[in-house]
Amino acid sequence: MRALLLRELRLALRHPAETLSAVLFFVLVAALFPFGVGPSPELLARLAPGALLAAALLAALLPLDRLFGAEAEDGSLDQLLLSGLHPATLAAGKALGHWLTTGVPLVLATPAAAALLNLPTEAWPAAMLALALASAILSLFGAAGAALTLGARRGGVLLPLLVLPLSIPAVIFGAAAIEAAASGLAPRPYLLLEAALLALAAPLAPLAAGAALRGE
Amino acid sequence: MAMCQGPSGGGVAVHVLEAQRLACWRAERLVFADLSFTLGPGEALLLTGANGAGKSSLLRLLAGLIPAAEGRLLWQGEDAASDRVAHGARLRYLGHQDAVKPALTARENLAFFARLWGGEVEAALAALDLSSLADLPARVLSSGQKRRLALARLALAPAPLWLLDEPSVGLDAASVERLGPLFAAHRAAGGMVVAATHLPLPLPGARELRL
Repeated sequence: MRALLLRELRLALRHPAETLSAVLFFVLVAALFPFGVGPSPELLARLAPGALLAAALLAALLPLDRLFGAEAEDGSLDQLLLSGLHPATLAAGKALGHWLTTGVPLVLATPAAAALLNLPTEAWPAAMLALALASAILSLFGAAGAALTLGARRGGVLLPLLVLPLSIPAVIFGAAAIEAAASGLAPRPYLLLEAALLALAAPLAPLAAGAALRGE
Repeated sequence: MAMCQGPSGGGVAVHVLEAQRLACWRAERLVFADLSFTLGPGEALLLTGANGAGKSSLLRLLAGLIPAAEGRLLWQGEDAASDRVAHGARLRYLGHQDAVKPALTARENLAFFARLWGGEVEAALAALDLSSLADLPARVLSSGQKRRLALARLALAPAPLWLLDEPSVGLDAASVERLGPLFAAHRAAGGMVVAATHLPLPLPGARELRL
């Protein structure tokens, strides 16, 4: 598992374009909202929590269809499946690798996007936490979706259709946490609910992904 | 049936790997059926046959990567499909593709597998004469050099069963000869080799299975 993570991080460092494109996508989508909403900072701040989460989840989806696709293409997936690691461990490692190379950079870019959306600064820490949890949930469900759509034609279209509905609860509680923080309330209950979703996805999604990988 | 050469004293079964009436369907076509053979320590089996005869499918089936449509694969008398993770850990599979990450150097590619299986990266590189290329990204290696890098995985840590899909494709004559000692050491230690090939391989005394 640690060997797999090291390899994922090293590959991401050698190919920074994937991480960078996800982060740029996130910031650019956030930058488009002010143009669409027009000269109304209050309305923009009202939209900010949902917009942040939607933009971040869509950005994190971008590299997902290559998560197992690239491994399958060059034969590495066979080697990984025969490596003596349980397929679920393998999927968990890949999901964690995706979160570290996509989710964490998105969290770090959150202040920039939050500023573009006129989110009050006191809500930024809650926004970063909510996005960290939501992107982790997406990485887990995304790994399961990527394993299921592996080898399917148009898998890139199928993947968001499978994964985004599963992340709706994460968007609801994440946006609620940011909104609470923006209006001076405690974001903690919403963040805890979002963390509970993560606790649910963490064991289940890798098991599903592992079963899908093995059935391939 | 050739005699076993490996350390198989006492009550250890002579046949470690036994295929019982295996059949394989790929893309709604019967590739092979009723295929039975046994393999004991130190033995080698060459799979030959025309393109599409099912050599690669049989190797993937033996690796547990695809299920058998019919029949059973036994490892020391137990069904190999019952614990595919454990079965994967006791074999080395070399497919058509080299499973080499182009962005990593030759050494880093091997180091990942060394972390999983143990073994010495430098020794494995030297066994396939790759030491001078160790720090180059695999992207710039030629196809023969990439093949050697894939083969170097075999030299990392011992595993009882090697499944090789055309191991010598793209290799020059000197590199094919270098496989000789690698195979010999593996078989002398009781290892088994199943190789699909169209070209002669340095596997003396290997049986041939024509598909």
